[in-house]
Amino acid sequence: MAGAGGPTAMLVTPTSRGLFCAAGDFYIDPWQPVDRAVITHAHGDHARPGSASYLCAARGKPVLQTRLGPEASIEGVRYGETRDMNGAKVSLHPAGHVLGSSQVRIEHRGEVWVVSGDYKLDPDPTCDPFQPIRCDTFITESTFGLPIYRWCTPEETFARIDAWWRSNGQAGRASVLFGYAFGKAQRILASVDASIGPIVVHGAVEALNRGYRECGVALPETRMVTDFEAKKDFAGALVVAPPSAQSSPWLKRFGDYSDAFASGWMAIRGARRRRAVDQGFVLSDHADWPSLNRAIAATGAQRIFVTHGHTAPLVQWLREKGLEAHTMKTEFEGEAGAEEPSTTPS
Amino acid sequence: MKQFAALFEAIDSSTSTKAKTAALAEYFASAPPEDAAWAAWFLTGHRPRQAVPTRRLHAWAAEAAGIPLWLFEESYDAVGDLAETIALVLPDPQGGDEAPLHTWIEERLLALRELGEAEQKARLLACWASLRGTERFVFNKLITGAFRVGVSALLVTRAIAQRFALDAKVVAHRLAGEWSPTVETWQRITSPDEMETRAAQPYPFFLAHPLEGDPARLGPREEWLAEWKWDGIRAQLIRRPGQVALWSRGDEPIAGQFPEIMADAPKLPRCVLDGEVLAWKNNRVMPFAALQKRLGRKNPGRKVLEESPVIFLAFDLLEFEGEDWRARPLEERRARLKDIVHSIPGGSVFDTSSQVRAPTWETLAVARSKSRELGTEGLMLKRRGSPYGTGRTRGDWWKWKVEPYTLDAVLVYAQKGSGKRASLYTDYTFAIWKAGELVPFAKAYSGLTDEEIREVDAFIRRNTTERFGPVRTVKPELVFELGFEGLQRSNRHKSGIAVRFPRMLRMRKDKAPSEASTVDDAVELLEAHLDRGQTT
Repeated sequence: MAGAGGPTAMLVTPTSRGLFCAAGDFYIDPWQPVDRAVITHAHGDHARPGSASYLCAARGKPVLQTRLGPEASIEGVRYGETRDMNGAKVSLHPAGHVLGSSQVRIEHRGEVWVVSGDYKLDPDPTCDPFQPIRCDTFITESTFGLPIYRWCTPEETFARIDAWWRSNGQAGRASVLFGYAFGKAQRILASVDASIGPIVVHGAVEALNRGYRECGVALPETRMVTDFEAKKDFAGALVVAPPSAQSSPWLKRFGDYSDAFASGWMAIRGARRRRAVDQGFVLSDHADWPSLNRAIAATGAQRIFVTHGHTAPLVQWLREKGLEAHTMKTEFEGEAGAEEPSTTPS
Repeated sequence: MKQFAALFEAIDSSTSTKAKTAALAEYFASAPPEDAAWAAWFLTGHRPRQAVPTRRLHAWAAEAAGIPLWLFEESYDAVGDLAETIALVLPDPQGGDEAPLHTWIEERLLALRELGEAEQKARLLACWASLRGTERFVFNKLITGAFRVGVSALLVTRAIAQRFALDAKVVAHRLAGEWSPTVETWQRITSPDEMETRAAQPYPFFLAHPLEGDPARLGPREEWLAEWKWDGIRAQLIRRPGQVALWSRGDEPIAGQFPEIMADAPKLPRCVLDGEVLAWKNNRVMPFAALQKRLGRKNPGRKVLEESPVIFLAFDLLEFEGEDWRARPLEERRARLKDIVHSIPGGSVFDTSSQVRAPTWETLAVARSKSRELGTEGLMLKRRGSPYGTGRTRGDWWKWKVEPYTLDAVLVYAQKGSGKRASLYTDYTFAIWKAGELVPFAKAYSGLTDEEIREVDAFIRRNTTERFGPVRTVKPELVFELGFEGLQRSNRHKSGIAVRFPRMLRMRKDKAPSEASTVDDAVELLEAHLDRGQTT
């Protein structure tokens, strides 16, 4: 892999438009319009409209097209398929974050860099599992880059969600579960025990479900609120809605309901309380602290750049372990729900 | 510990008072008395002296977690709570532990304090290693103290009363002050024999009515005694054989919050005093905000005691040497009261309210106009020769306030403000009581300090029960004193009352929602307002 010359030139650099690969003449998840964009996944802070052409994993194309609109020029490539871009060898590999999410591997003059995008190591039936890629330099996210973040297994979390849903149903209540509309919502749908009751989704969730079903991801039957006539009909239902619905009149139709929020932030009591919901379920599509460390170690990389999240502590931690680590400033945001409710509209 | 941790989870995950009370009642029903005593002790705000110094907790938790101390501190920064940070960073436990709460506290937690550093560390790490998620957090909370979990002493009181079919007032009294969490105490707290506790019960407070308009309507000035109306906490001090108690008007025992009053109370002969607790410094009353710092704070620290010292300003004597004095004439009660208080050797925090001497209604009105300078709310007018009445009997006591119209109302709805307050809930709707129901009657936006706004904002976020678009329905718990310029009848308002220029005068942390004003109170103000309209 790396040449004998020690740390070499930057294959990927942060610029005002986004992470730029000069050798390949393309940007990764640019936050300004560019000619050629390689997209790790279709979340809003990584996939922005206005670029002339996009490249993403074939599995992520339907959702990205939904997000960017029918006019956007998007090319899908299979995971592991290598493209020659201006002399740089570029390939995409599963990141385990959401459907079609990728790490970007770039090889140029014997040097290998991998940009992680957002990723998780925990199993998720709605997307391909994270694949460790050996590289010289790894650019990793750090949304949950502190040792306080350690997820329990998805089985445990979904057993809790199922129990909550079931007991609400027995009490004649609906269960409203807030989670990000793209990724989190489908992971919930695919993982809960659909035999407990009917499942209702918010329109924003259903719009994404289509892309998932198109790609062959098995989701249980979902219904829209318009399929119901009276409030009482929602008793026993699981309602999956984006966090933005939390303070909206859309919820009034459910009559008596219990609400919950599914996010990695729910690991912290203060965040649970600020969310002002009945239950907080710890469920994240990002790597927790042990996973970040495992993923970084698995790359074998000697140089690590840390982007969005708890960058400083992770950089310091890696340095103390003998790695070359730096902060790389980006405009990525991490997991929705991180914001303090007192500074942003809820 | 498991059961107590489960109780904590049930309380912590609910925003409903009813659900919290039910969870508590269920715990008290099923926990062994040894555990119940400790649970009640912690949940009513008691704390043992910290068994392990904070510095060691940081260092040992970091070591056990296999992370450097700086990374532990970063984590603590992100979490904001030491007990929780420790619980989160420690490695997963090696097996569970079935020991009950009292064993955990008496044999493990409290025992830590006596040990040398090395032994203490070994034992603490063993404790951590045998506790799971929430249990570990709760255990750490018990070590670090300040076990604030969204449960008030009032809820604990209610739950115990509910479970053991007792009068909540009796339970409140038994839980007040200092007690040790033993089986014997628990049996006393839950004892069906209410007689013994009744010995410390207060008399019903006699309440004054607001006087609006011309005081000359009350008759000749000579028939009335005038005193300043102080802006403090109305309270009854009970000094009976073997009993010293201090009750607020909300029938809450508040002795624990005012240790200086309790320290001086034994200097009194056997008696029951009615008066006002005031923050008092340099021969002058301090703003109500100073007194507010003392509210809800059990065993206040030296700093608070020095910053906001209190006195008990007595204005009536209800019982003397075992005899009920309430039927005796006002002057006789006052004369004896002065004797009692002023013959305490060496002085005390007790004082008596003095008369405002102004021979005519006109000169009294001039005196009243100085109320604000003196830090009072106006005048109290009490009929000479009158007995100490019951409840709101009308006619003998009047409050003649400077602020023309005030009502105590409960916050029920909230909405975000605009401009720099756009992220905060600053626009409030208030309700008063009508036939046992809270009915909205006024909206107010101004009058609070930034600090108070933040406090109320946080309360609203934690206690939202419903949302309609931008409007949140809030658990009716916070009481505010509202002031306004005028009021009139209105069919458009559910309360039947419309108010002019309402504003928040202050938070009334000392008042329970049940003590808020009623529509009848508002009508009374309204009628007085009409009177005044005719006379001026």
